[in-house]
Amino acid sequence: MTISIRSVEKTFGRYPALNGVSLEIADGELLALLGPSGSGKTTLLRVIAGLEFPEKGQILYGDQDMTYTSAAARRVGFVFQQYALFRHMTVAKNVAFGLDVRKGQAKPSKSEITARVDELLKLVELGELGKRYPAQLSGGQRQRVALARALAVNPSVLLLDEPFGALDATVRKSLRKELRRIHDATGVTTIFVTHDQEEALELADRVAILNKGAIEQVGAPHEVHDNPVGAFVCGFVGESNRFEGAVKGGRFQSADIALPAPGVTDGAAVAFVRPHELVVAPADQSNLNIVTERIAPQGAVVRVDGATASGQRIEAAFARQNAGDLQPGAKLSLAADRSYVFSA
Amino acid sequence: MGVTLTILSLIVLIPLSAVALKASEQTFPEFLQAAFNERALTAYRLSFGAAFIAAIINGVFGVLTAWALIRYQFPFKSLVNGIIDLPFALPTAVAGIALATLYAPNGWIGALFAPAGIKIAYTPLGVVIALTFIGLPFVVRTLEPVMRDLAADVEEAAASLGANRFDTILRVILPALGPAWLTGIALAFARAVGEYGSVIFIAGNMPYKSEIAPLLITIELEQYDYAGAATIAVVMLAVSFLMLFVINAIQAWARRLGQ
Repeated sequence: MTISIRSVEKTFGRYPALNGVSLEIADGELLALLGPSGSGKTTLLRVIAGLEFPEKGQILYGDQDMTYTSAAARRVGFVFQQYALFRHMTVAKNVAFGLDVRKGQAKPSKSEITARVDELLKLVELGELGKRYPAQLSGGQRQRVALARALAVNPSVLLLDEPFGALDATVRKSLRKELRRIHDATGVTTIFVTHDQEEALELADRVAILNKGAIEQVGAPHEVHDNPVGAFVCGFVGESNRFEGAVKGGRFQSADIALPAPGVTDGAAVAFVRPHELVVAPADQSNLNIVTERIAPQGAVVRVDGATASGQRIEAAFARQNAGDLQPGAKLSLAADRSYVFSA
Repeated sequence: MGVTLTILSLIVLIPLSAVALKASEQTFPEFLQAAFNERALTAYRLSFGAAFIAAIINGVFGVLTAWALIRYQFPFKSLVNGIIDLPFALPTAVAGIALATLYAPNGWIGALFAPAGIKIAYTPLGVVIALTFIGLPFVVRTLEPVMRDLAADVEEAAASLGANRFDTILRVILPALGPAWLTGIALAFARAVGEYGSVIFIAGNMPYKSEIAPLLITIELEQYDYAGAATIAVVMLAVSFLMLFVINAIQAWARRLGQ
């Protein structure tokens, strides 16, 4: 099912949560809504689900206007951060709930429901646990139950609100792969909210980056990382060193660094350099001099923390074989392979 | 362990066994006569009956009150929240005098009902009102933490799965509250059975009519019939034990369903 969001506005009291958001989600796509807390990403997801209603704008499922249709009538699968399982019901009963509450003709027979529940529990790899109660499961297992429960109703769209937020890092990683596998197996259009960029970049087909109730950029993970459209996206996605300065005649200049800034209008500006795009350079070709403070080899890279003469903190990351002999407290000359400059 | 047992014995077990010992000073027929004579039976019936009705009333209004306190914002909410606990804190005699004054035929509320021929104070109805008053906080305070736990997202989950409001309340909310709710009602009931101070002023204390069992104990004590008083106490004690057993069973059941 394609989902169209058209100029949606929503306020809570006097605080605007969504400022005219428009977004098209293709059928079968896996889209991440990424943003800091308070960016409106959860509100947008809830508006799509029908758990909140916008003041202006439209929500379309296919070509059907659903803007003011209740969640119950939209046939969405919604997965909550805190699982929201029915704790007085067994796992199987939880999964069956959406089918159990159907009335009359629409309600499948008992054996159909049992078969569907078994199939879903297998899909989320909880085949043996149907008779358990939620309290007897781990966090990761509970979230799998919630996922199976949401999928039971054959939702037109699967919506997940920070689905891995309450889980520890290892479980989060494996469940992330799981969600991708389940998405590929079912082909259901899926939208998930996260504040974790690593999660968004690894899992999603496309990422929509929200800030202050508006969408800053929508694109494939490598696009938003490599070609950020603005300072916010550049600073939010991926790691970066941020410099404040000014552009004059196509060159950015701050207290610590000078960078090319072709096509950027003169005036106050911010520049970003990613840690892995800093390289060690001979002193005469260098445009950034730091004093190193901490050298931390991490797997294939060496991470270097340091500071410039003006006190600005700098992070750099070098491939291990290029790092040479780095010592904390030593002077180090760096050059930026690539940089991003935006008018402030 | 040793300290706990010693304190428990000193404060609870020894006085209780003294009551049983006192009651056993009589022959068995005497005991039966003292425990189950007509006046005592009427008193038990009133004490347990009124306590039961009061507990049911509290069950209904307690769940509404707790829901309002958890889910809604309204002016003076914290004041209302404090008032709920008033029956815990108020000396029961004060509550009793206040209630008796209000519900007497010439009191503010009693006067409204008097023309219709309904007497509240000095009848079993008055007893029920006093017991309802003291029982409410038990239900509200037992339900509150469970309701707070029952986050709004559980309701939203039910709605997103296609359940209507009625299904959501019947199949999701009430079953989740059930154990805590029963515990609250049982606690309110247990407290009401033993209640003395707030009841005696409004009850009128007419033998065979509006006399509660704890009052009967006092009356027998005043007549120096210690064995008779202890006998009724033993009966009350037995019922209280049964109540506590039921409450614990409910809580064990609730624990099985987990946090």
